[in-house]
Formats: sequence, structure tokens, C-alpha cells
Amino acid sequence: MIAVIDYKAGNLTSVVKTLDYLGAREVVVTQDPAVVVAASKVVLPGVGHFQATSLLQERGLTDAIRQSVAKGSWFLGICVGLQWLFDGSTEAPGVAGLGHFAGQCERFPALYDGAELKSPHVGWNSLERVRSDSRLMRGIEGGGFVYYTHSWRAPVTHATAAVTEYGGAFTGVVEKENVMGVQFHPEKSSAVGLQVLKNFLEL
Amino acid sequence: MLTKRIIACLDVRGGRVVKGVQFVDIVDAGDPAELAHRHAAAGADEIVLLDITATHEGRGTLLDTVKRTAAALFVPFTVGGGIRNAEDASAVFDAGADKVSINSSAIARPELIGEIGRSFGAQAVIVAIDARRVEGRGVDEAEVFVSGGRKATGLRVLDWAREAEERGAGEILLTSMDTDGMRGGFDCELTAMVSGAVQIPVIASGGAGTAGHFVEVFGRGRADAALAASIFHFGVTDSRELKSELQRAGVPVRLPC
Repeated sequence: MIAVIDYKAGNLTSVVKTLDYLGAREVVVTQDPAVVVAASKVVLPGVGHFQATSLLQERGLTDAIRQSVAKGSWFLGICVGLQWLFDGSTEAPGVAGLGHFAGQCERFPALYDGAELKSPHVGWNSLERVRSDSRLMRGIEGGGFVYYTHSWRAPVTHATAAVTEYGGAFTGVVEKENVMGVQFHPEKSSAVGLQVLKNFLEL
Repeated sequence: MLTKRIIACLDVRGGRVVKGVQFVDIVDAGDPAELAHRHAAAGADEIVLLDITATHEGRGTLLDTVKRTAAALFVPFTVGGGIRNAEDASAVFDAGADKVSINSSAIARPELIGEIGRSFGAQAVIVAIDARRVEGRGVDEAEVFVSGGRKATGLRVLDWAREAEERGAGEILLTSMDTDGMRGGFDCELTAMVSGAVQIPVIASGGAGTAGHFVEVFGRGRADAALAASIFHFGVTDSRELKSELQRAGVPVRLPC
């Protein structure tokens, strides 16, 4: 069973629709910690404000995800779901992330390299420095385009599996063992995005 | 590198895609779901579906058309027309849209921008501005029109674009009524003015006829994305051909697989 966590951060229709399209069986949209612990795979989507992730703590979902990850279930965070895997975000300084990966998510700088940098970062950008051992990125080469829409970004760490350049490099894909995240929207990223989700379903 | 987006627009009336010149003289161009998939396969970066007569006729968006079009469409999908409140927006998202485009209803009640943004994220709210220049005046005096270009508002485009951003719009879709459907090029001066005044992305619309027009609007017009309809529908070009030409001209684009 795949648990897609609903924490009222944007629209889940596209993610669920895409998992169905790829032939995923038993996709359950849930806020129930017990369902999350029981699932073999957990997906945490989400667009919008980092503040929304505070609901995960309130509903006991943070502990459920910790348990799920500790027993080896596969986890995929999408967009804010990736950011939440880090220590936190300057977007909501009072809200702690999972802290699975070290570092704070920060806003894109208003100026980069002496030029004005537009924010949010919206559109198709390429994945670079793709780690060859990444299971999530299997079959995807550097230069593949994916669709982004966000104003905050996660730093590059040892667990980064691909970066994207916009006002410097940020983490496009993070992966360490059973815990994975993508900053872009795979459900909106055409062939490359479908490959990422297919890779996750085949784990 | 962040690429410039090419957005294929489907103007829908009564469940069929139609195309007009300067907002009138409508002709049939096909089925929305079929056209959306054809555009996505040819490399369009996004699809926009506008129910062009919804506000005018006072009825809701065609949810069935949205649902059918969204099925198996894996690029961003925007729906506009007839979205009067947060409930209308919610129904459109449930039917499979990723973003909504609001125009007349945002002018009537600007709070709507923030209301939709709070539930679905700012990235899901596009404020569409239909702009017309005032004869004998500078581009900064260009005026906002609503109801499919039927009603003048007295608002300056520049002021409304800034307010839309402050209220939490994720993008601005700027259509020049002066150039729309004429295939003589985008209004680059108008687009550059708005793009320079806001931080959020600006989608240029109205007047696409050749690849050179896109090169101009991405360069001189400072557009982040450009939208076109008729040049795609009638096979004058498709996104693949257009993007190859843009790439040769040095514009960063995503080439289709």
C-alpha cells in the first residue's frame, strides 16, 4: 500500500492521478498515522508554505514517518515534502523539519552574480550532476528537464542526488537509502517526471 | 538553466476550441483534450484552457472538459474563465487543473487572489490582465479591460499588475488586445514594462505569428513565458519547430524528447 499524506498543502489530485496512471495499486490518501506506519511506501507531496508542515507534528504524522523510515519503508517527499526532510526553512522559522538531512532551506537571493533574480523559480530547468548510484534517478541523464515552482530551496549536501542551477546550485533530488525527495513536480514533468515516479514505484 | 516557456492556449466555447481575431470573429479549431495532448507531445511546456465566454454568460467553467483534458496530461495545466470564487477554483483543481487563471473576478474582488492562494499555494494563481493602449498616450497609461475585452475598468495595467503581485499572484498572464490574433508580434514594450515592475513571472500573450516574434518577446520584451494559440492550431508551426528555431537564435528552451 502507498500512503499519500494529505496535510492540506495544495492539491493532491495530480500526484494521485499520475500514480494511478503508472499502475500503482492501493494508493491511499490519508492523515492517519497508523495508515502511514502500515504502508510500504509513503509519499509526502505539497506545494505552498512551509508552515503547512506543522500539521504533520500536530497529527502525529511526524512520529509515524520516523517509524516508517526506521523500519525501512520507502519515502518520497515532493517540493515542500523534500524541504521538510531538512532541519527547517527560513520561510517558517518556528516549524521544525524532520532533520533527516542537515541544513536549512532558504529563499532564492534577490540578486545573483550582479543581476536581479526573479522569484519564484517557475518553469522547466535541467537536472545536473546526477549521482550514478541514485535509484530514483535510474535511466535519467544529466540535462533532463523537469518542472519547478518554488521560492525556497534546499542546500546541496552529501545526500544530494542531482542539482539544478538557479541563483547557484540547489538540491533538485536528495536520496539516502530509503529516504528520497524531489524539489520539482514529477507529476508535471513529462517523460522525465514519469520515469522518476516509475522508479519509485518499482523499488 | 531555466528555460523560456512556450504555452499553448486553448480558447474553449461550448466544449470546442475556437479562435478569434481581437476577441471576435470566432472559428472552430477542434477538441480540447485532443489538442492539449497533441501540443504536449509536440513539446509545449504548459497548456492553458480558457473558457472564453464563461464570465460573459454568467456560468461556471466546463468541468467535464477540464477533467477530460487533464487525464493523462503530464505538463502544467491552467484553467481560466468563470472562476468567480474560491469554491469555483476548488472545483477546477479537483477536476485536474494545476493553476487557475482569474481575470474579471479578481478585478471585482481582489481578495480572491489571496483566498485561492492560501488554500492551493500562490503558484496556483495566475492573474490574467487584458490590456489595451490608450491612443496618443504612453505605454504606461495602458488600461485593463475585463469580460473578454468588453469592459474598460479605468485601471492602469502597471498599477493592477503590482497590486496582483502584492496580493499573492504567482504569475501574470498579460494579453495585449491591440496585437491579439493579428500575428504581427507581441507588444514587447508593454510586456517589458510589466516584467520590470514585478518579481513574479510574466507570460506574454497576443500577436504570436513567427518564431522571430518569440525571440523578440523573450529578449526585448523580458517575458518569462509566451503564450500562443492560432499559430499552433492550424499547423502553421508546432512547439517542436518553434523551439528548434528559438534554440538556433540562442533562446534557452526545453527540446521535446
